[in-house]
Amino acid sequence: MASSANGTETHEETPPQPAGIVERLARDDVDRKRFLKMAGSAGAASFGAFVLAACGSSSSSKSTTASTATSASSSAGGDIAILNYALTLEYLESEFYSKVIAAKLFSGKVGELLQSFGSQEDSHVVALKAAVSKLGGTPAENPKGKFPITSATQVAQLAYTVENLGAAAYLGQAAKIQSPEVLASALAIHSVEARHAATLATLVKKSVTPQGAFATPADMSSVLAAVKPFLS
Amino acid sequence: MTTQEIANPELAATEVHGITRSSFILRGALAAGALYGTASVAPFVSQAFAETGGGDVEILNFALTLEYLEADFYNVKGRQVGLSGEARKYARVFGAEEAAHVSALSAAIKQLGGKPVAKPTFVFPATDEKSFLALASVLENTGVGAYNGAGPSLKSKEVLASAGSIVQIEARHAAAIDLLIGKSPTPNEGFDKPLSKAEVLAAAGPLIKK
Repeated sequence: MASSANGTETHEETPPQPAGIVERLARDDVDRKRFLKMAGSAGAASFGAFVLAACGSSSSSKSTTASTATSASSSAGGDIAILNYALTLEYLESEFYSKVIAAKLFSGKVGELLQSFGSQEDSHVVALKAAVSKLGGTPAENPKGKFPITSATQVAQLAYTVENLGAAAYLGQAAKIQSPEVLASALAIHSVEARHAATLATLVKKSVTPQGAFATPADMSSVLAAVKPFLS
Repeated sequence: MTTQEIANPELAATEVHGITRSSFILRGALAAGALYGTASVAPFVSQAFAETGGGDVEILNFALTLEYLEADFYNVKGRQVGLSGEARKYARVFGAEEAAHVSALSAAIKQLGGKPVAKPTFVFPATDEKSFLALASVLENTGVGAYNGAGPSLKSKEVLASAGSIVQIEARHAAAIDLLIGKSPTPNEGFDKPLSKAEVLAAAGPLIKK
């Protein structure tokens, strides 16, 4: 209660946040090194947000969305850039899965799973485009990818790599997002990428949690470097 | 501010203790596997939590309670039930990871000047591998929704980043368990559903004895 004697209390200020402490605590060195190694060879990521609002699953978010778009144009600029980055990665994931499915390398349950992942990536593309537009930005172009599709084994390995990169990319942007609505949507996509990554890990007989208890984020430049070979 | 619709913050653990009585009522829902249809039971618990102040420490303490629960589930119940094969392997690995989350969250709460909640006593309605894995699926998926729901309410970017690195692991656990029991690893399709505190409590509350 300490009620408001002097008007502006520290309520919204939330004072004690020693920078980086939690982050340090949350990540041990071994896990981190292992991840960095992996990210170097693989990479991948994405980032989303807003999707919930954009998809209309939260009917109550309309007003907040509008105010976000109009009142915070500077922070919206950062969010738009992040969303477009995520959109670019989702375009690539989406195209990758459609090529994989067209190649008919998988049947049965695995084939069904990959198909569902592909359509989920498609839904991310749609949602992210809508989110960018809603914030007043211009959605990034489809970058058009090129993917080596040779065998089921090779494709499964590549999918595993791509999904892990995607999860790390979203994670790398989460703390940079300004809008709570965008953040909520990015989180909703992030954990789906993680589910994809874990599923593919079982397919290629790898650990579902290759980084241990704490997933490591990947920053934009390392992710973009990692996807470069897949851009045509 | 404008986040309450999406966020569902202030998941204070102290309040978890307060619902013990409701837990009784809710246990039936749990057994029925109706955990995600929580709309009907949520009202039982929601009033009790209506006025939490929120704040990162409270959110972290709520997360800590869930992680205590998951760690105990794998590390204690998992041993009692008698698991084999992949289930046994997952329980061992995931249990260690949940324990690491407990340590990290406790330390983070202290660093923020808060006091980590004590570990509650849990009761898990699992008697064999099948019921154990079914409950594991519920717990992991609830964990994902809880973190995703609380994320936008976190004030500290550092705390948010850490919560993100944990929720990704919960999602991986959830997918692995779901695959193992023949369920979809993406039960919410392309977008995981953020859970409100009432929804989380409806799922986890019945497992908290005191």
